[in-house]
Amino acid sequence: MKKLWIPLTYVVFLVLLIAPLIKIFTGAWANGWGGFIEAVARPQSLHALWMTFLITIIVTVINTLFGVMLALYLVRADWLGRRMKQLLNSVVDLPFAVSPVIGGLMIVLLLGPNTVLGAFFEDAGFKVVYAMPGMIIATLFVTFPLMVREVMPVLQEIGAQQEEAASTLGAYSWYTFWHVTWPSIRWGVIYGIVLTVARCMGEFGAVLVVSGNIINKTQTATTLVYQDVENFNVIAANSLALILAAVSVGLLLLMEWAKKRKEVH
Amino acid sequence: MQIEVRNLNKSFGDFHAVRNVSFNVEKGHLIGLLGPSGGGKTSILRMLAGLESPSSGDIVFEGKRVNELPPQERGIGFVFQNYALFKHMTVFDNVAFGLKVKKQAKERIRARVMELIELTGLKGFEHRYPHQLSGGQRQRVAFARALAPEPQLLLLDEPFAAIDAKIRQELRSWLKDMIERLGITSIFVTHDQDEAIEVADEIMIISKGRLEQKGTPWDIYKNPQTQFVASFIGESTIVEDVSKLKGFANATSWPDTKALIRPEYIEVGRLSEFRIPSATERGRVKHIHFRGSEWLVEVEVGSNLLITYRSLEKDILHPGEEVSVLVHRAYLFNESDSWIMENALKEDPMPIHI
Ligand SMILES: Nc1ncnc2c1ncn2[C@@H]1O[C@H](COP(=O)(O)OP(=O)(O)OP(=O)(O)O)[C@@H](O)[C@H]1O
Ligand SMILES: [Mg+2]
Repeated sequence: MKKLWIPLTYVVFLVLLIAPLIKIFTGAWANGWGGFIEAVARPQSLHALWMTFLITIIVTVINTLFGVMLALYLVRADWLGRRMKQLLNSVVDLPFAVSPVIGGLMIVLLLGPNTVLGAFFEDAGFKVVYAMPGMIIATLFVTFPLMVREVMPVLQEIGAQQEEAASTLGAYSWYTFWHVTWPSIRWGVIYGIVLTVARCMGEFGAVLVVSGNIINKTQTATTLVYQDVENFNVIAANSLALILAAVSVGLLLLMEWAKKRKEVH
Repeated sequence: MQIEVRNLNKSFGDFHAVRNVSFNVEKGHLIGLLGPSGGGKTSILRMLAGLESPSSGDIVFEGKRVNELPPQERGIGFVFQNYALFKHMTVFDNVAFGLKVKKQAKERIRARVMELIELTGLKGFEHRYPHQLSGGQRQRVAFARALAPEPQLLLLDEPFAAIDAKIRQELRSWLKDMIERLGITSIFVTHDQDEAIEVADEIMIISKGRLEQKGTPWDIYKNPQTQFVASFIGESTIVEDVSKLKGFANATSWPDTKALIRPEYIEVGRLSEFRIPSATERGRVKHIHFRGSEWLVEVEVGSNLLITYRSLEKDILHPGEEVSVLVHRAYLFNESDSWIMENALKEDPMPIHI
């Protein structure tokens, strides 16, 4: 059996992971270096990459702050009450359970131009859906569990005693967080950041629904790849995909490193 | 620091963990909290520290009610059962933590930390991390860290629980010396009655959330006020009907009364070893066990099985042997009352005055 399984594993690995990567690579290079540059230098490509970059930065910052905060509350805050904690705890996992497309749709239904809230914001000169804010909200929705789920177990494992010790030594919560809690959770947070960034760059469904995929306006790298494929612009699609894949591989390596550090400390 | 606790209660949900506990602690005293697991010792300590808020009752330090004061403001040092050292900080930084929080000058912090490191015998280990230390060394770091900000009250939750017997012995006398030298009021929790008896000025026995008794170790040993305390402190055998034992016939006047007899209240041996043979009765040795420094003897007297100790210097007894047994005193108790009864026949019937 073993003799059969090992080659099979390799085959699956090759077909599922390596072959597409090679295909992307050769596809991007079909017209040589020039073709790649040309595809990436199109205004819509640059704009889409810029959008992806912006969304990634903003969402990662927000998700990191709130994720760590919520993890702290869920694990440490006694005043929250058990029921409330259980409720919040299951709500955190909602984005895992719901398809991103549905998530995006919920945002459109809630904040779209024809809704009360959407109209209110639009009147205030703030377009949510089919604009940057909606895309950020959609990406936040999709990435939200990543940080919380990464940090919570670490907090649970280290326990509250070091923090209690700090409080009896005169340290208030801010000081305790930076000097006692943070050094213990930072590798978990970094791991969470890597996951968030990867997810932000790769998110497609929710963003597609919320953005409307308007070229040079609300198009991200992934939705542009989708459009290029639709238009049989294979070289362009492969070139953008290659960039995304390269960043992802870089992130993966970073993640491995972070994981090792997390285990050590 | 002088401490007063009045009618302290703590409930976790509908579980009443601490019930109406009141006590005073004088400045500079070392108090041992002793009692079975789950009795509420840690809960009391945590409320004193401000890590848990009481459901009702008052905690008063130096005449000032501190219930609302956060742990940061109480001037206490807390040594956790598993030390809770900051694991990513060196020994030096651990000890310095409480001083850095107070933003003291660098040189002063350094001087104070080095002084404590010296005092706790950790010299040479300043740059190690907690995971590079032995259990005993960690314990000392936890102790030094708690002492650094010069607390007025030191709370120790089973400080020696994770340390092996020999080091434990050393550490506890070291701790007692240190606390005496510094004159800090201290309260420590322990499971180990020898530890409490050896170290504490006063012991508080806690069981099922109640304070059963507070007093000096000798006082508690000699005059246990409840049956629980009597059976918890020291060793003992419970005798259902003590009036059957010679010298305790009077006990029939109190029906429904049981007796608790400690090994050290009982003597066994050959009849010739006793000064007043008339007070003794016959028994049969059931088992003997070697206990390092003496024999533990199980002896059957009528239907009762008593345990006692016998010096290694005396003749060795053998299982099955007929022996004489003298019960000096018994601790009698019933539903409402408890008292000590001496052997009525022990008074020499024909005293010889010289
Ligand atoms: N946070 C909590 N939530 C619910 N119950 C608790 C909590 N803390 C303690 N208890 C309960 O209160 C009781 C007293 O606990 P406590 O830790 O004070 O006991 P203890 O005397 O220190 O025991 P041990 O000697 O085993 O440490 C226990 O029955 C425990 O289950
Ligand atoms: Mg305890």
